[in-house]
Amino acid sequence: MRHLTPINRKARQIAESTEQDVVALQGGPLTTPSGPHIPLGCTFVFSPGWETDASGGTAGLCQPVERDLFDCHITCFWPAHVPDLYNYAPDWTGKCASAQKDWRKIDLIFP
Amino acid sequence: MTLLRRGEYHAFDADGAAYVYLVPSAGVFRLDDTSVAVLDALGEGDLEPNELVRGLSDRFPVSDLRATVEDLLNVRALRLVDRPVEAPVASPPRKRIPLTTLVMNVTSKCNLACTYCYEYGEDRIVEASRKPRFMNEETARQSVDFMFAESGDSPVVHLTFFGGETLLNFKVLRSALAYAKERAVTLGKTVDTSLTTNATLLREEIIDWIVENDVGVTVSMDGGREQQDRFRVFSNGMGSYDVVLPNIRMLLERHRRRPVGARVTLTKQNLDVESIYRHLRDEIGFWEVGFAPVTTSWQRDYAIQEDGFEAMLGQFQRLAHEFLQYALAGKHHGFSNVRDTLEEIHKGMSKAYPCGAGLGLMGVATDGDVALCHRFAGSDSHKIGSVTEGVDRGKQEDFLTKHHIANKTDCATCWARPLCAGGCYHEAHTRYGASERPNLHYCEWIRRWTDTCLQVYGTLAERRPEYLAQFDA
Repeated sequence: MRHLTPINRKARQIAESTEQDVVALQGGPLTTPSGPHIPLGCTFVFSPGWETDASGGTAGLCQPVERDLFDCHITCFWPAHVPDLYNYAPDWTGKCASAQKDWRKIDLIFP
Repeated sequence: MTLLRRGEYHAFDADGAAYVYLVPSAGVFRLDDTSVAVLDALGEGDLEPNELVRGLSDRFPVSDLRATVEDLLNVRALRLVDRPVEAPVASPPRKRIPLTTLVMNVTSKCNLACTYCYEYGEDRIVEASRKPRFMNEETARQSVDFMFAESGDSPVVHLTFFGGETLLNFKVLRSALAYAKERAVTLGKTVDTSLTTNATLLREEIIDWIVENDVGVTVSMDGGREQQDRFRVFSNGMGSYDVVLPNIRMLLERHRRRPVGARVTLTKQNLDVESIYRHLRDEIGFWEVGFAPVTTSWQRDYAIQEDGFEAMLGQFQRLAHEFLQYALAGKHHGFSNVRDTLEEIHKGMSKAYPCGAGLGLMGVATDGDVALCHRFAGSDSHKIGSVTEGVDRGKQEDFLTKHHIANKTDCATCWARPLCAGGCYHEAHTRYGASERPNLHYCEWIRRWTDTCLQVYGTLAERRPEYLAQFDA
């Protein structure tokens, strides 16, 4: 907190509680949760290309939006977004040992 | 895309710097230029974040603006319009609050006949005729037992004697305190004692007892001779100033271990706060002087009217300024109204209830009935238990639900509510006939007074933080 200085005891408690907050890497300032935030699920992990571009679309992102799919793989409850890794594409992430380093190796699947 | 809106806060300046007092958290933050600009920009209406940043980008780096918005959102000085504001819930405290202060009305009788008295005057609520005028020793002892039984794990309990004129029942007072001290030793607790008196009956024997027992004393007194004798009179109309003055001088001379305070009732006819203060503090030598406007229905002759509140505020502000100068110089100033508010600001108190009545503080009437506080003690309709049967938990919970700040809709938009919480129940009962009503007749006054105290606070925080450290103890 650089722009506000806590003065009374309550303000210091507020400042401490906000410092302990964990914010997902892609969470810009304007999407910061207002209360204490318990990180769970996909936004907690490194997830390349999660956001939309300035226009609200995906055309201007630095990498293809499909890269997001990796986040829905295994850790997420929302299976519709990821290839069927049990039947159809078991090796989809075979070349991606570490998402931070190997995300380029996740291939696109065209059924 | 979502819009940014100002959160709930009160902005104030102190010593050339900008601050916000956040509501309802009661946090005080100093703002830098960027945060002032962001909040100002939103003064005209809600803005989309990028628009806000663009509008200010010629004055501040974009990264600073974004970080500022984040800071302000985090402390809730800003909010996102599409995110609903949590509605306050009127829930009484889940854990039982221990009783830490018991006010014992040892008598409802008084040897003065102050015109404005809420106990005796036109606005009285106490059913005096059906109650004993004096508390007997047995009830006093039971009250002490009740106090300890209700005090939970609190290591210190405060026992306050009140009246009527407290000292009319000195015999019971003395035996009750002796018993309380004895019980405290057995229970491993400390009992802190105080009393309020009109000082007419202070005599050597009583002062010896006060000194010996380290009793805190508050003297009800209205100022110099003319001020005191206008309302604080004996039943034959004779003024009390000349009777109380030598007694008070003797008390101040002998009772050195604890500060002795004066408590002044302000009325339409007695509003010269500064001259009262000078007389009581400088000429008589009270350690501190606290002022409160008379509690009365609005139509009484002595009720303070609109212009009176205005005059009172101006004088309070001047004394508050003087208080600040003293505090900056490391000197004591006795205007206790400021000190009390500073302490609450420093701790960041955000109250669900205006005071501890019915929670950590209760009043006992002469017959042992327990009420919300001393002002209601003896009123059957405000009884919440008795010293022999304990507190009626159902009644207490009802009271706490009904009087919760969340149920005072008038207060919901007021920035001063963390400190005021609607004001005194007894005042509300006298004005509006309902203790749960907020005291709307002095809202504006409270806001301006709180603003003054915030300015004093901000200046002290900046220039003499060690003064505020005393409140951390």
